[in-house]
Amino acid sequence: MGATVPETTPPRRHFLQSLGAATCSLLLAPAFAQVRPRAGYDNLLILVELKGGNDGLNTVVPYTDHNYYQLRPRIAIARDKVVQLDDRAGLHPSLAPLFPLWKARELAVIQGVGYPSPNLSHFRSIEIWDTASDSDETLTDGWLARAFAESPPPGSFAADGIVVGSAEAGPLEGVGPRVITLANTQQFLRQARLATPEGRSRNPALDHILKVEADIVQAARGLAADHEFKTEFPGGPFGNAVKTACQAIAGKDGVAAVKLSLNGFDTHSNQPATQERLLKELAEGLVALRAALMELDRWSSTLVLTYAEFGRRPKENQSSGTDHGTANVHFMLGGRVRGGLIGAAPRLDRLDGAGNVAFGVDFRSVYATVLEQWWGLPSRKILQARHPMLDVLKSV
Amino acid sequence: MKRLRAASDIGWWNRIACGLATAVVGSAAAVAAPVLDFDDARHLLSRTGFGATEAEVQAFVGLSREQAADRLLRGARSEAVTPPPASVERFESPRGLKRLDDDERKDFMRRQFLISVELRSWWLQEMLVTPSPLTERMTLFWHNHFVSGQEKVKSPVLMYRQNVLLRRYALGNFGKLLHEIARDPAMVVYLDSAQNRKAQPNENFAREVMELFTLGEGAYTERDVKEAARAFTGWSIEPEDGTFRYRRFQHDSGTKTVLGRSGNLDGDDVLDILLAQPRCAEFIVTKLWREFVSTEPDPREVKRIAEFFRLNRYDVRTALRLVLVSDAFYADANRAVLIKSPVELVVGTLRTFDVKTGDLAPFTFLTAALGQNLFSPPNVKGWPGGEAWINSTTLLQRKQFLERLFRGQDMRGTDGMMPRGGPRLAKGQGKMGGEGRQRFLQALSDIDFDADAWLASFGAAGATRIPQLVLAAAPVEPQAAGIGGLELIRDLTQDPVYQLK
Repeated sequence: MGATVPETTPPRRHFLQSLGAATCSLLLAPAFAQVRPRAGYDNLLILVELKGGNDGLNTVVPYTDHNYYQLRPRIAIARDKVVQLDDRAGLHPSLAPLFPLWKARELAVIQGVGYPSPNLSHFRSIEIWDTASDSDETLTDGWLARAFAESPPPGSFAADGIVVGSAEAGPLEGVGPRVITLANTQQFLRQARLATPEGRSRNPALDHILKVEADIVQAARGLAADHEFKTEFPGGPFGNAVKTACQAIAGKDGVAAVKLSLNGFDTHSNQPATQERLLKELAEGLVALRAALMELDRWSSTLVLTYAEFGRRPKENQSSGTDHGTANVHFMLGGRVRGGLIGAAPRLDRLDGAGNVAFGVDFRSVYATVLEQWWGLPSRKILQARHPMLDVLKSV
Repeated sequence: MKRLRAASDIGWWNRIACGLATAVVGSAAAVAAPVLDFDDARHLLSRTGFGATEAEVQAFVGLSREQAADRLLRGARSEAVTPPPASVERFESPRGLKRLDDDERKDFMRRQFLISVELRSWWLQEMLVTPSPLTERMTLFWHNHFVSGQEKVKSPVLMYRQNVLLRRYALGNFGKLLHEIARDPAMVVYLDSAQNRKAQPNENFAREVMELFTLGEGAYTERDVKEAARAFTGWSIEPEDGTFRYRRFQHDSGTKTVLGRSGNLDGDDVLDILLAQPRCAEFIVTKLWREFVSTEPDPREVKRIAEFFRLNRYDVRTALRLVLVSDAFYADANRAVLIKSPVELVVGTLRTFDVKTGDLAPFTFLTAALGQNLFSPPNVKGWPGGEAWINSTTLLQRKQFLERLFRGQDMRGTDGMMPRGGPRLAKGQGKMGGEGRQRFLQALSDIDFDADAWLASFGAAGATRIPQLVLAAAPVEPQAAGIGGLELIRDLTQDPVYQLK
């Protein structure tokens, strides 16, 4: 530990400006990381998009920071409700199911993830995240699409990427990759059980659309193993998506990346009830995901990463909600994740003019870590710059 | 006619799933003049416009079918409310293209492309704001009937002028429209009339005017085509200002025989011969039926309406009124059986949800990606439409557009200073150059859906009213109990039934 950025690779100009030198050294991986992947694309990446912009401050709560309680008189999570991770940070109570992973040191909490000159538009900011662009540039292809174009996964794989439970391919969008999109997981799961769709209508137009949906599902059928999991998957859209993804992962042909999403985090009003429900769905889904992947003996070759377009404003608004913000907290889970807190908690006593926190970890450092240390790909070309890596994976 | 309807109404679903209960409707209608309920009014507006807001639907509830049709037809405009872009005022002849060097040509093409984008945005804007959506639907109908395309015409100005013509006659007289379109400069270029000379007749227009514009295949012979082509010789354009020009010395003034009529026929004579064929009225009414009622026209009804159509000297209003008051139009079996075109999906969504927009350029690229690039139909037959709109790629793109639109509670940066954004609609901005890209990004930033305000406008009735407004039939995937707000909107718009009208 304790190394700095390799001298041959100048850090991003914004990066050091926004970081104290001390946190910097804690954050970064050893200069010549021993963490090298052995498996390349046999290592699976699962992205979980928290659409709408999850409120990170109520996800990982700085429960000893009086600024936090001052900024959020109505929606703060009470100190005695949080699931304590250490003497300062605690999980939202809905995330309690993840605590065993924390104890097992399979859960890393990456704090203060963001980028310079943040954009507060949903669409623009997720585009920045999806394409790993700078704030003021537009790129068309997703960062995973670029990675796969640069270094394609084996042709024997059923697909390079699978998008489950959403039509948005996000980081996988682009001309290169072979992506299968399963927007309709209910149909996928239903068809896994039924040989034929239920007797349909005399409405040829609807039949046609259902058939096209079935075709889309069929394209993924090759992946599905109809595996009998002992794991019980939670109900609801996210649980369905997790189950669908696990069915696909159980297939013999392999896949390099899976994208899941959970929608509804744009909590401008009455945030507590909504976020409580969504985080519960998230936690239960992730726990089921872990259990199912352990059944498949894939947990140690799986890396799960959450992301969102932005975090939310520290100060609550008048509707018991929060408005669009900047840096956010994200989770990394997996059998080879080195658990713990990564990066510094955002400073609530140093908000910018708009009342937002400064970022500490450029999101492209997270991507660089995935590319270099999980898949063994050189990241500089794909990410258009060298980004320092996080010390978040165990050596093999 | 009255039907109970709620999200959980099993009967509602059964009508779709099992195709029950169609025969009863006709006899019931004969007993008492039926009055439109919410579903009927919604059906009428979504079939004749681009989506509809709740208030628009309510304004038609309680009217008789006749009153409702009359209100739509009487209020129909024949001009756009949106001023056209300045760039379509000056005609730039593509004639000299060959003399230009590479750079000049590239420049010319780029300018034409940018004007085309402005033109498409203008029409989408008109569809979005017009108080007379039926006019735009009919203008689009004629655009897909009297097809011309920018790729060949190479002049957005001429495409614009044709569009004005189609709108002027959108609900006017088909015969007059036919005569006008035959000398419309964009059409003259598109179907090679300009190359149709006495010494070297070009049959393109003569063939298509019979096959695609008036009679349909099988109602004429090859000989009729050849003879008619001679009648249209000399119909050309003035290359300098792009107006129609009759070139007397290129015209063949010999005797021709078309569909049994002989004489020194000119183009107008031929068009009148075509209009005199009963088949012509049936051909148009069949197409209207496919556009507004179902993909399976009822031959007896088509014949009946076609007769009125011809006897009323091809007054489109008359024909359309008969279609819109027919039992078949309101029959249960014909609800939710048509697939929305990309333009209907996009404009209908923006209208129904009262989405605020700026420059619509990004949406022109979206509809193009979904298979409908305005002013550029794929070929002279136009967009095949119907099921051809939906394949695995376009279905996912449709869903992606909807998913992006309904991602957040609002799209605004909350302090007003922040750039706002729109969905990554399509990748067209690359072609628009530096300045174009800025405009494009600004346009994305102007998109704004205020979910809270929209939802609140329904008050307590939202849980039942919103599905009824948004979907033409019961959803395939039933909503989980207690789902509301933006989640409900997302579920409904992701449902396969949302693709139907």
